[in-house]
Amino acid sequence: MDLGGPPEESAIEAYGVSKRYRRGWALRECSFRLPAGRICGLVGPNGAGKTTLMAMAANLLEPTNGSLKVFGAAPESAEAGRRTAFLAQEKPLFRRFTVAETLRLGRELNPGWDQQAAESIVRAGDVPMHAKIGTLSGGQRTRVAFALAFGKRPDLLMLDEPMSDLDPLVRHELMGTLLAAAAERGTTVLMSSHMLSELGDVCDFLLVISTGGLRMAGDVDEILSAHMLLQGVDNAPGQGRNPSPEVPADLARHTVIEYRTSGRQASALIRPDGPVSDRWQSHTPHLEELLLSYLRCPDAPALISPGAQVPGRLHGSETEAA
Amino acid sequence: MKGFEAVEFRIDRRNGIAAYQQIVQQTKQALRLGVLTPGDRLPTAKEVAEACAINPNTTFKAYRELEREGLVELRAGLGTFVRRSLARPQAGADSQLRGELEGWMARAREAGLERDDVSALVASVLEKQYAAAGAVGIVNSQEPRSISE
Repeated sequence: MDLGGPPEESAIEAYGVSKRYRRGWALRECSFRLPAGRICGLVGPNGAGKTTLMAMAANLLEPTNGSLKVFGAAPESAEAGRRTAFLAQEKPLFRRFTVAETLRLGRELNPGWDQQAAESIVRAGDVPMHAKIGTLSGGQRTRVAFALAFGKRPDLLMLDEPMSDLDPLVRHELMGTLLAAAAERGTTVLMSSHMLSELGDVCDFLLVISTGGLRMAGDVDEILSAHMLLQGVDNAPGQGRNPSPEVPADLARHTVIEYRTSGRQASALIRPDGPVSDRWQSHTPHLEELLLSYLRCPDAPALISPGAQVPGRLHGSETEAA
Repeated sequence: MKGFEAVEFRIDRRNGIAAYQQIVQQTKQALRLGVLTPGDRLPTAKEVAEACAINPNTTFKAYRELEREGLVELRAGLGTFVRRSLARPQAGADSQLRGELEGWMARAREAGLERDDVSALVASVLEKQYAAAGAVGIVNSQEPRSISE
């Protein structure tokens, strides 16, 4: 049962996508692909354009420039709409509907509806079927919204900060349900989150955006192995913490994402180009450390791994080489 | 078709060891202790995902590593099964090797070595004797999930 199609299939392809609101650009020139069957984390500071990006793929917004494809089809096509579910952060549901009526709406609107899957998610949280949505707690509403998104049996499930209002137990349970469904059906998941420590367990693909631009995209293992965390002694120690220390000459040949000193200690996150001098102790960074460095240093050169590139577009890594 | 399922994995998020390595280690530990024996079925990636909230690819990656080492086999459509045990009679509670180690450790204690001194000494000899065996092949696999389980 291979619902994901051939391995090269893309769930999302973005070609130079930009979005401008009245207050300015929310997203600029984003080009990437998300291969089908991946569980992808979408990371970035508040206001970076995460919701905008997902809303465009879900056909709730139109790009100002550029275009997107969802499983090869335009987001506004019936085909893309049928295969996509988007769980928005505000979990829009009809407050006067009961839980049962909400699920019935899902059943009538979606040809591939799975009532059993939707009901079992609702039941696992002891949410009464006859209760009106407006009377539910925030966490219960999130659960119903989850059930609605799952019941649709989408091939691409997009979730905007899905776990923010859930207690740890429910978060663990719903994340388990999500991942089990993905394992069973090969569902592609795109999920924005600020919980960097959790992403490492859950995601195998990453998109990082900040100040409207794509900073990093690719397979998690590839991204991690492309970086090195170095620790050593600062050759020119200043007084205490230096906010912008000069990068030592022996690191100049590498791509330095972040260089920090504290007292006599120096640490750097680099993308190595050739061997690193012996005076540094090197480690493979954890995903959280790596993401924090990129978020702290929005000017660091972007990294778009080959598997995340769309043909015919200039990507961060190529810009850097030019 | 479900076989007998003997283990449940426990992923510790704070010990800094990658989740897939934890699954490999826990499986090997279960094989050493005899908790898992040949023919047992390991939990599917879906079951592990549901119980531990980890990416199904993590489990596949761990199982592929165990398969490369000849410890388990993936049977299409059925699951992942234990092929051989790691329980060693030579290392059992009444083995000669263990007796010798106990004797050595008693002498170390009499000589005034602290617990940490002994661990450091054992680790150092271990490193020297098993250095070559420690070079495990680098795992670099991220194929899309197979949905055969």
